[in-house]
Amino acid sequence: MAAAGTKEDDRTAMLRHALHRLLLAIPVLFGVLLIGFLLMQVVPTDAAVVRAGPTATPDVIEAIRRDLGLDRPLYVQFGLYLWRLAHGDLGVSIINNVPVTQELAATIGPTLELMAASLIWAIPLGILLGTVAAYYRGSVADRLIMAFSVAGVSVPVFFVGLVLIWFVGFKWQLLPFTGRGGPLWTADGLRAIILPALTLGGVFVGPVARMTRTSVLDVLSADHVRTARAKGLSERLVVLHHALRNALIPVVTLVGLQIGFLLGGAVVTETVFSWPGVGRLAVGAILSSDLPMAQGAIIVLSLGFIVVNLLVDVLYAGLDPRVRAA
Amino acid sequence: MREPLLRIEGLRTVFRIPGGEFAAVDGVDLEVPRGRTLGVVGESGCGKSVLSLSVMRLVPPPGRVAAGHVWLEGRDLLALPMEQMRQVRGSRVAMIFQEPMTSLNPVHSVGAQIVEAMRAHDPGASAAALKERAIEALRRVRIPAPERRFEEYPHQLSGGMRQRVMIAMALACSPRLLIADEPTTALDVTVQAQILDLLRELQAETGMSIILITHDLGVVAEMADEVAVMYAGRVVERAAARALFEDPQHPYTLGLLGSVPRLDEERERLLAIEGVVPPPFALPKGCRFHPRCPFAIEACRMAPPALEEIAPGHLAACIRAPVEQSVAA
Repeated sequence: MAAAGTKEDDRTAMLRHALHRLLLAIPVLFGVLLIGFLLMQVVPTDAAVVRAGPTATPDVIEAIRRDLGLDRPLYVQFGLYLWRLAHGDLGVSIINNVPVTQELAATIGPTLELMAASLIWAIPLGILLGTVAAYYRGSVADRLIMAFSVAGVSVPVFFVGLVLIWFVGFKWQLLPFTGRGGPLWTADGLRAIILPALTLGGVFVGPVARMTRTSVLDVLSADHVRTARAKGLSERLVVLHHALRNALIPVVTLVGLQIGFLLGGAVVTETVFSWPGVGRLAVGAILSSDLPMAQGAIIVLSLGFIVVNLLVDVLYAGLDPRVRAA
Repeated sequence: MREPLLRIEGLRTVFRIPGGEFAAVDGVDLEVPRGRTLGVVGESGCGKSVLSLSVMRLVPPPGRVAAGHVWLEGRDLLALPMEQMRQVRGSRVAMIFQEPMTSLNPVHSVGAQIVEAMRAHDPGASAAALKERAIEALRRVRIPAPERRFEEYPHQLSGGMRQRVMIAMALACSPRLLIADEPTTALDVTVQAQILDLLRELQAETGMSIILITHDLGVVAEMADEVAVMYAGRVVERAAARALFEDPQHPYTLGLLGSVPRLDEERERLLAIEGVVPPPFALPKGCRFHPRCPFAIEACRMAPPALEEIAPGHLAACIRAPVEQSVAA
């Protein structure tokens, strides 16, 4: 606790914290893999039957089962699965024989793109609205913002997507609404991502705004904000440097957790907008009983969640010196 | 007599509550002479903290200053535009608070917080110069190894150290008046004494005035030149510290002194004042202390007593003062 507080020590503490969190992520990852594996075992679909096709004889099915290793005990299958995973082998699609890794590599980019395009406007807007609502608590602006965010929380993602498609895309023909229009740095690519990003980000603004408002309200009445005013700081500095800075700590936690739901939202959004991402891949694989593909998609989405949480933990330590010391 | 540094006239601070408003500070007049210490004492809820926040114009909503003047060096602080008031805060009048644990921002280093206070009043200064001055400020409040402490965060410091940081920050821009609101209440007794010593030394060095808000008469006796006793939003007695302790005139002051333990007297038990401070929205008519006052007579219920001079420089708001006459009668 009372260790010397030089900048170097601070940086070391920060690094140690990050490493610690990274180590903690390993058992979580193992759990995710195990659950992903077991899920595929309880699905009432026999991979060998799907693979063999509707006209196959029992002999062929049996041969395929042996070939896929499905006749061996579960723990051996899981061991083999981990072994292959460690070598970057997620198996091949039952449906079209394409390696799962290849499909994932092709879809992960668009998904990251969509998430980034959603968060990049939704988080700042949510924080801004929440701060304004808190600072002008009880005003008309506050009430409007809160009404808007309650609506945002309550409306399902697909509905927002459909409304946007109907009006902006279909009726007014302002923006494309199916598929990815190309790389983001081209005009077509940029136009194509607007509606999906509005949809996915839209569900995010409300929760962030609400959380920011509560948190800022809390901090605005804190003793140290009174101290900041008493020493003659401008209101701008008081709000930005003392109220918002401290209020962001719980908001970061919430955003991290919400990103998990955003992954779920991505599945819906990608499906609604035919966005060629991991979410749509997962839905397609599940619908066609393509077990290896579904498993791969689930692993990638879970991995995304773990990485985001890791980032949040590190960011948390960056925002709060007390976490670093702990 | 020289013009006092600070003169409060008819200050009234009200809080809005559902169905009306009540005055937490109700018509207070006070003066703080240059280079001296005014102690403001009273029980919790008597309005002494609201009084100090009113001077800084930091009364939190739904409270507001409804009437009065706060004259500082010829300017009425209550009439200043917001931006000028901001410049007064920290540079002419500074404030320290009861809770050193929560009064500092936990996410900024103590050095950054002191530098920030300085920059607010000296925007042109270089970062290096400000850091130099902040370390000097830490050294001045006797913080050991100030260069290292500069980088530390509040949670790495003890309560006493944090209060020293608060004092360093408050004095960073050499204010003429320091308002200390219960500065030692949250601290251990030994640390308390150190902080009070420090305040006295710094006052001698800088010639600043201090308003010391406290419920602790021991602290007042040690620190204050003048004392104002507050009860239910009003000043009920004002005198030089010595006169107040030797010859208290208001029954409430008498009661407060009776509830202080002393080493030089033998007493069976401490006397307590019967009852509690009335809530500000249900004040009794007449003298606000009469329901708890052992000397109360019928007239006390009728009209609030004015604060009147009983002896030179000694004011009390009691129709039965001087008390000796009442007791003799």
